[in-house]
Order: sequence, then C-alpha cells, then structure tokens
Amino acid sequence: MTGNPYVGSLAWLTDPAHWSGPGGIPLRTLEHLGYTALGVLVAALLAVPVGLYVGHTGRFKGLAVAAAGAARALPTLGLVTLFALLVGIGLTAPLLSFVILAIPSLLAGAYSAIESADPATVDAARAQGMTEWQILTRVELPLGMPLLVGGFRGATVQVVATAMLAAYVGSGGLGRYIFQGLGSQNYPQMIAGSLLVIALALMLDLALLLAQRLATPRGARTA
Amino acid sequence: MNWVLENLEVIGGYTGAHLLQALPPILVAFLLSLPLAKLANARGWLRTSVTTTSSLMYAIPSLPLFVLLPGLIGTSVRSPVNISIALSLYGLALMVPTASDAFRSVSRDVLGSATAQGYAPAARFLRVELPLAGPVLLAGVRVVAVSTISLVTVGGVLGVPSLGMLFVDGVRRGIVAEIAAGVVVTAALALLTDALLVLLGRAVMPWTRQREVRRA
Repeated sequence: MTGNPYVGSLAWLTDPAHWSGPGGIPLRTLEHLGYTALGVLVAALLAVPVGLYVGHTGRFKGLAVAAAGAARALPTLGLVTLFALLVGIGLTAPLLSFVILAIPSLLAGAYSAIESADPATVDAARAQGMTEWQILTRVELPLGMPLLVGGFRGATVQVVATAMLAAYVGSGGLGRYIFQGLGSQNYPQMIAGSLLVIALALMLDLALLLAQRLATPRGARTA
Repeated sequence: MNWVLENLEVIGGYTGAHLLQALPPILVAFLLSLPLAKLANARGWLRTSVTTTSSLMYAIPSLPLFVLLPGLIGTSVRSPVNISIALSLYGLALMVPTASDAFRSVSRDVLGSATAQGYAPAARFLRVELPLAGPVLLAGVRVVAVSTISLVTVGGVLGVPSLGMLFVDGVRRGIVAEIAAGVVVTAALALLTDALLVLLGRAVMPWTRQREVRRA
C-alpha cells in the first residue's frame, strides 16, 4: 500500500496475468453481463406484460405505482444476503434478487409507455375499427417504445450494481475483484475492479440511451 | 425473532449510525441543488451538460464509488464520512435536474409581476419563486431520501457500521432473522422519513393540502 493506489491499479489492470484464465477480466466481465442479461430478461417476462395490461386498461394503476415505490425502499444488499441464506450458494439466490430489483423500473416503464399515448390518437384508432390488441401493439406500444426502453435502462443499471454485491455471497462477476482486494487489503485491486464495473455500467447505459433515441417511431419524432 | 429481541441494542446502535450517514447527504443534496439549478438554468449549455452528467453519475453503482473516493479525497474506505460524501454526489445527481425543472416550471409572468410589485431579487426568490417550485422540489427530496437511506447499507460490506452490518453479520453467521430485521428496519426508516417529508411539505406549503386530499 505504498505510492498512489491509482497508479497501482493501472499496473494491476495492465498485468497480462489478469486478462486470462478462469478469474481473468474477460471471463468475469462475461459473467457480469450474463447475470445482468438473465436478471433483466426474467424480470421483463414478468413485469412487461403486467405493465402493458395496467397501462392499457388503467386497472390496478394505484397498486402498480405503490408496488414500484415500495420496492425502491428495499435495500439491495439485504435481499442478496437474505436469498443467499434461504436458497443457498448458486445462481438461484442472486438471480432472485436481480429479478425483484429489476421489476419496478420495468413495470413503471411499461405502464407509463402505454399511458403516454395521446387518448385522442387511441380513440381515433378505435374509431377506425382496430381491435384492442391492435391498438396496443400497433399504436400504444410503438409510441411508448422510448419509455419502455427507458424502463430497461433503469433495470439494467440496477442489476449491474446488484450483480456486484452478489459476488459478496459467492457468485462471480466483476465484484469479485473488489471483495478479494478487500480481504487481502489490496486497495489497487479494489480500484481496478471498481473502474471495470463503472466502465461496464456506463457502456451499458449509453448503449441503452442510444436504443432509447432510436426507438422513437419516425412519424412521432419532433424536429 | 429471538435474535431481534436479544439484540435490540445492537439494532438501535446501527440505526443511529445509519441516520448519521444518511441525513447529511439528503440535506446537502437539497441545499446545494438550489444554487446549482439556478446557475444551470441561467445558461442553456450548462443545463444540458448538468442533465447529461447527472444521468451518467446515476448509472455508476454505489460500491465502486465508495471504493474510488478514498484514493481521490484522502478519506478511509471504512470511514462513514466517505459514504456520506458519495451519497451526497448521488443525491445531487438526482436533485439538481429536479430543481432545475422545478424553477423552470415557475411562470415568468408571475416573476415579472413580483418584480413590478417591488420585490428585490433575494426576496423574490425566497417568497415567490421558491414556494412555487416547492412541490416539485419536495417530490425530488423524497426520492433522494428513500434511495439514500437504502444505499447506506451497501457500506456494510466495507465494514462501515450501519444497518447494512446486520446483512453482513447475518450472512456470515447464518442468522436469517438478523438479515430480515435489517431489511425491515431499513425499509421502515425510508418510509418513515418519506412520510415526515410529506408532513413537513404540508406544514410549510399549506396551499398544497387541498390538492393532496382530492388526489387521495
């Protein structure tokens, strides 16, 4: 622990030994991405249909808003450790917490996406003889797509952060470097791990921000 | 359940440490966001860059930030001050764009008539602009408060005492009740603070009461 720890972290990051093998940076990054994708995907399968239903019918809106709000007060580390004890070591415990933490953003994204469609536009579609399903899939969903993608963005940010905490209870991913460094009092390694996670989180966020921009239907773009 | 009853003192101690780390960032984020938002609103390019920076800041997970700060500002990884500074940054990332929107929502005509009535700039800000921006500011502070109180627990993995220690200790010793108590007390603390902020809002902005009732 002598010298500037940031210089030390640079040395750690450029050491070729850290770029290969089962504990290497490429594999840990892939693990982290895999957890994130799986968590967001499973949560989306549960939350998006419910959100679309709530947005289209307006039913259970209060319940959905309250659930999304209350979930934000839940400490992520608490869920991760609780499931680790209840379910045991393995992928199921962290995955459960990822899914629970990703649901609020996705739910809010889905119902606000559908709600954002101008009621006059929806009525016009109905008057043209579109079925409710057609209104949902051809009018409301395309118009609200940026908000829905925004929900995915929020959920991804949340799961990337939580996936790191999951390393605390034995799963892989980039969080490993931080906790290994903490255990061996290797501050440069902790910094290196942190920089890697931040880079990954920012890249995912920017990619989804771009997707959000591209998701706006051409006809609905304002100059 | 037995664990909880036998360790009420431990839980109480962690709750106090938790609040000491959580409350300053909430206050700092609110107070600093006001001048920063006014400054951002005064310049178009500044406003855009503030919004972009804030959204990027928000994408940074908390634990890496807790780890990076000590090397930059000379705090210790295990210091509560380190956690509070990091959480102030998150609070600002959330609060500055909200405050900027809040001030922009105040009608320019209203501000113009206040000036015409002879309000000096400072008085106009305190007695006209700030109260009118109040409801949106309150909404922002509520989000900051809930997320800050929940994020303090992450410091537990670094050994910073807070309710997060109940998770760290509980998982190490295999006590489910300890972790469950931590989740419940943290969530309760967040929801209680939120409720207090709502009450405070009604007290200092009595004109919003009517609307609250109708909406509920």
